[in-house]
Amino acid sequence: MFAPMQASFAVALLDAGKPVPEGVTSHTADRPARRFAVYRNNVVASLVKALGVRFPATSRIVGEEFFNAMARVFVAAHPPRSPLLMTYGDDFPDFIERFEPAAELLYLADVARLEAARTRAYHAADAEPLDPNLLQTISPEALGGMRFVLHPSAEVVRSRHPIVTIWAMNAGEAKLGPIENWQPEDALVARPRLDVEVRNLPAGGAAFLEALIAGNTLAEAVEASTGEDADFDLAANLAGLIGAGLVIGFSTEPQKD
Amino acid sequence: MPIQSSLPPSAGVGFKPEHFRDIVAAEQPLGFLEVHAENYMGAGGPPHAQLAKLHENYALSIHGVGLSIGSPRPLEREHLARLKVLVERYQPESFSEHLAWSSHGEAYYNDLLPLPYTEVMLARVSEHVDQVQSALGRQMLLENPSTYVLFAESTIPEVEFLRAISERTGCGLLLDVNNVFVSAKNHGTDALAYLERFPLERVKEIHLGGHDEQADDTGAPLLIDAHGTPVVEPVWALYEHVISRAGPVATLIEWDNDVPAWKTLRAEAERAEAILERAGRAAAA
Repeated sequence: MFAPMQASFAVALLDAGKPVPEGVTSHTADRPARRFAVYRNNVVASLVKALGVRFPATSRIVGEEFFNAMARVFVAAHPPRSPLLMTYGDDFPDFIERFEPAAELLYLADVARLEAARTRAYHAADAEPLDPNLLQTISPEALGGMRFVLHPSAEVVRSRHPIVTIWAMNAGEAKLGPIENWQPEDALVARPRLDVEVRNLPAGGAAFLEALIAGNTLAEAVEASTGEDADFDLAANLAGLIGAGLVIGFSTEPQKD
Repeated sequence: MPIQSSLPPSAGVGFKPEHFRDIVAAEQPLGFLEVHAENYMGAGGPPHAQLAKLHENYALSIHGVGLSIGSPRPLEREHLARLKVLVERYQPESFSEHLAWSSHGEAYYNDLLPLPYTEVMLARVSEHVDQVQSALGRQMLLENPSTYVLFAESTIPEVEFLRAISERTGCGLLLDVNNVFVSAKNHGTDALAYLERFPLERVKEIHLGGHDEQADDTGAPLLIDAHGTPVVEPVWALYEHVISRAGPVATLIEWDNDVPAWKTLRAEAERAEAILERAGRAAAA
């Protein structure tokens, strides 16, 4: 039977401690270790490389050698569940958070979360931004009950660390240097057109956006954000969102209770 | 009658996004472009914007790497459904996959892994090819693998295995000449003899690519199908031999790692195109 052989072949691929499976042979030697190692290496090296491509800033922060060692541990424990490699590593940030040798870098997992969100935004569905003029037709009393449909690529990544600044410095978007004002930063990751954009959200902005993405009304979103920041500036936040092309629709239907 | 694979009998390249600007900047001497299916299974974004633009001017080959057709287990229905969406979206001139497996249980290994050539596996792979062709409503091409090991339980020569699948299912074959060369060196066999027996009348596409050279446990040569270097001279010679017998067939240059400048890749394609044109003239004469 082939199936048990394939099972042992598969298991041995990710565990270099396992012997070459019985029944694997060659014209020069039976159970040839170096030949089998080509498959092992292809699997592990290609997946480590895929993670390096998806998490370049994370890799730059810890250095390639450390990153690849960390990625190898992840690959062996969490091989992909899907042939869609663009989704591989969605759970890598959670792994980094628990990865003991990187425990001192408290911000590392959140920077990785930002990078994971960038790939999702890159591959998200396309959508046309809403014509801002359409919003002028809304009567002032209907505003609070409005629900916005945001661009499918939009995602908020919140952190207790300055992740947008750290990411930008390690992604070639900003000059590398000391961070004098170590403040929490929330990122908005989105791809309104073809380029993925990363924005540092103002105070209350993340709560506002998360509420809108979850389908809450404008009034509810404002309440959520003023709960976090009493000076939340609705006009500026809304104008920023629409100006960035991240609102793709809206409804004024009353909420169904 | 399912849609038949129909790439033009000219040279093409595996499309890399880093070459997009160069390719659209001028008319290229290419008959077609090939992409890996799985890279275009996201919902939107730059990959689809680029592919749609390229397909306006070039025939398209969609080449799957994740279907795991050579697995003894059933095909993943979800993945087959994604392929169907992709093929319906682009209506490519050809769809192809590998005689290999890449998934087992819940894990996906991101490599083209070898299978034993037995009657049981012949029946299983044929079922899978049938399933793909009926799901997509079109003929698919099946590619010969490069391998580093053999299986004690194999009873059918690879060429006969591929021929039998093609006869049973009506699928076409994708002949990777570099894979023939790599496997022959790795197993101490004769590449030319393999090609003599290969059913060239069923070949609808040819792949050419580069490989690395290592050594096995005993010091014997072990070639790795790495797609990171130019096609070597002995592979060009085998290719010319195939074309002289088969006539012009769509021919792809694969260069997936250490991707070179566009002009380097294009020069490889031009070399293949020159061989195809010579064969076309000889056939017309």
